Amino acid sequence: MFGWSELIPALPEILVLSMGCVVLITGLFTEKNKGGFIIFLSVITMVFAAILTVKDHVAGANFGRELLFNGTFIRDGFGDLLKVVVYLLMIAVFFYTKQYLRQRDNVQGEYFALLLFGTLGIMVMISGHNFIALYLGLELLALSSYALVAYNRKDINSNEAAMKYFILGALASGMLLYGMSLIYGAVGTLQLNEVSQAIAGQNNDMFLILGLIFVIVGIGFKLGAAPFHMWVPDVYEGAPTATTLFIASAPKIAAFALAVRILGQSLDVLMEHWQSMLAVLAIASIVIGNLFALQQTNLKRLFAYSTISHIGFMLLGLVGGAEGIAASMFYIIVYTIMAVGGFGMIVLLSNKGFEADQIVDFKGLNQRNSWYAFLMLLLVASMAGFPPLIGFFSKLYVLKAVVDQGFVLLAVVAVLFSVIGAFYYLKIIKVMYFEEPETDQSIDASFDVKTILSINALAQLGLLVVLPVLFENCIFVTQSL
Amino acid sequence: MSLQHYLIVSAILFVISMAGIFVNRRNVLVVLMSIELMLLAVNTNLIAFSKYLDNVEGQVFVFFILTVAAAEAAIGLAILVVLFRNKKTLETKEINELEG
Repeated sequence: MFGWSELIPALPEILVLSMGCVVLITGLFTEKNKGGFIIFLSVITMVFAAILTVKDHVAGANFGRELLFNGTFIRDGFGDLLKVVVYLLMIAVFFYTKQYLRQRDNVQGEYFALLLFGTLGIMVMISGHNFIALYLGLELLALSSYALVAYNRKDINSNEAAMKYFILGALASGMLLYGMSLIYGAVGTLQLNEVSQAIAGQNNDMFLILGLIFVIVGIGFKLGAAPFHMWVPDVYEGAPTATTLFIASAPKIAAFALAVRILGQSLDVLMEHWQSMLAVLAIASIVIGNLFALQQTNLKRLFAYSTISHIGFMLLGLVGGAEGIAASMFYIIVYTIMAVGGFGMIVLLSNKGFEADQIVDFKGLNQRNSWYAFLMLLLVASMAGFPPLIGFFSKLYVLKAVVDQGFVLLAVVAVLFSVIGAFYYLKIIKVMYFEEPETDQSIDASFDVKTILSINALAQLGLLVVLPVLFENCIFVTQSL
Repeated sequence: MSLQHYLIVSAILFVISMAGIFVNRRNVLVVLMSIELMLLAVNTNLIAFSKYLDNVEGQVFVFFILTVAAAEAAIGLAILVVLFRNKKTLETKEINELEG
């Protein structure tokens, strides 16, 4: 049995859950398009959740790990760091979403309640220490996302994207579950640390290997790694941009945490088996993502393929041993910040009845508004990995870890295709700076959205100041896994 | 009936559901049914292992999967309804507004 004191480390989750319900009820009594209070509640929730998480982290003995609720829930430095990043991302998501929905006179409480429930799913995935808990977190996130993708009820693209997302998402959960059931059959427990102890002796059991394969396919689907990436471009393009910017950011962190918890923490003994599988996924993602992105004219589709290649880089880090896990943690944190900013720019340039989701919509942005052009330049250059920006260092750490492990060939292929990838990022920059604008429509956004977007983009430079600290922290928390 | 029999049944169910999703190219409703079948295959697996290992955790997992499957079916059907309202068909071939 558990005592009440066990609830304290789970307070952030409890807070997000209750506020999700409060926002849902408040939404019912709020007039459509008068959603200011709902947005305020959602942002405040994230701020308080961050305070609770940080307070717990500092109060925890030696930032040590705690197992709660009969070992189904874990609180450790790894989870705390990722959760704080998720809160910050969600604050940005709430502001951009507000801008997008306001323009379309479509602000409704459900949207924000679903976002909060999705966040709760992410938090449970980060902190789950049992296959049941991880599965429930995954489904909570997935079910919220399906509904968010289908939010534009009357838009056929949105419906179709939701249907595709639903079918492939359910397929991925099915695969993951089948793998979990086989692993359960081999070891007789669902607890991550007990699984790890139980397989210490027998790393060639047929059930275990088969289970591992299914689990990796499931995780690959959820992450959108090639060859399981078919859904990513369609969903990114079809979904409302506000939803795209959500599914492109925080859930990637959750999928990363899921991969580390299952592969790194419970199946660590099978490392040599999953390392080679992940290496294949990583290289396939980097190659396919970069090559297909070259021919895209739709910016949302382009970002979707670029996500696939970034996910490839992140998986490459997982191949690079203990240091590699820290490097890919750093990579995914940096990537999600860039991604949310990139989609934030699309939201900013969009207007009622007009989505700025084509590359040509960014034509001559420098002449229309040089500050926004500069922000977009920072984001895109960071995604491409140009040296002074944070995106360069995240790639560097991953490659260093991979080379240290002796996989030089993998690193060479990754670098080659990043260079090819730089082409389509440069294309966006060229269009912004060296072409004439097609419209001279002014870009209007409220002050808070502009501020958040500026902070978001300037973080590509600003994070350089805390770069060593952040990376040290990533190494520190992954060591204590 | 030994453990193997149950595992073979569940593997067959799983393969049928995969075929239902990938090979069947006619109706979206059939795909939703295949997804349910896939979860049931997993449940069979878990219950068989749970009995064989004499460990109750697997059966607890089954309850959770059943509950989530119900929620998932609800969302899936809701999406299906909005799709049908706009499209007036559920033929997989007709659902191709987005490339890919």
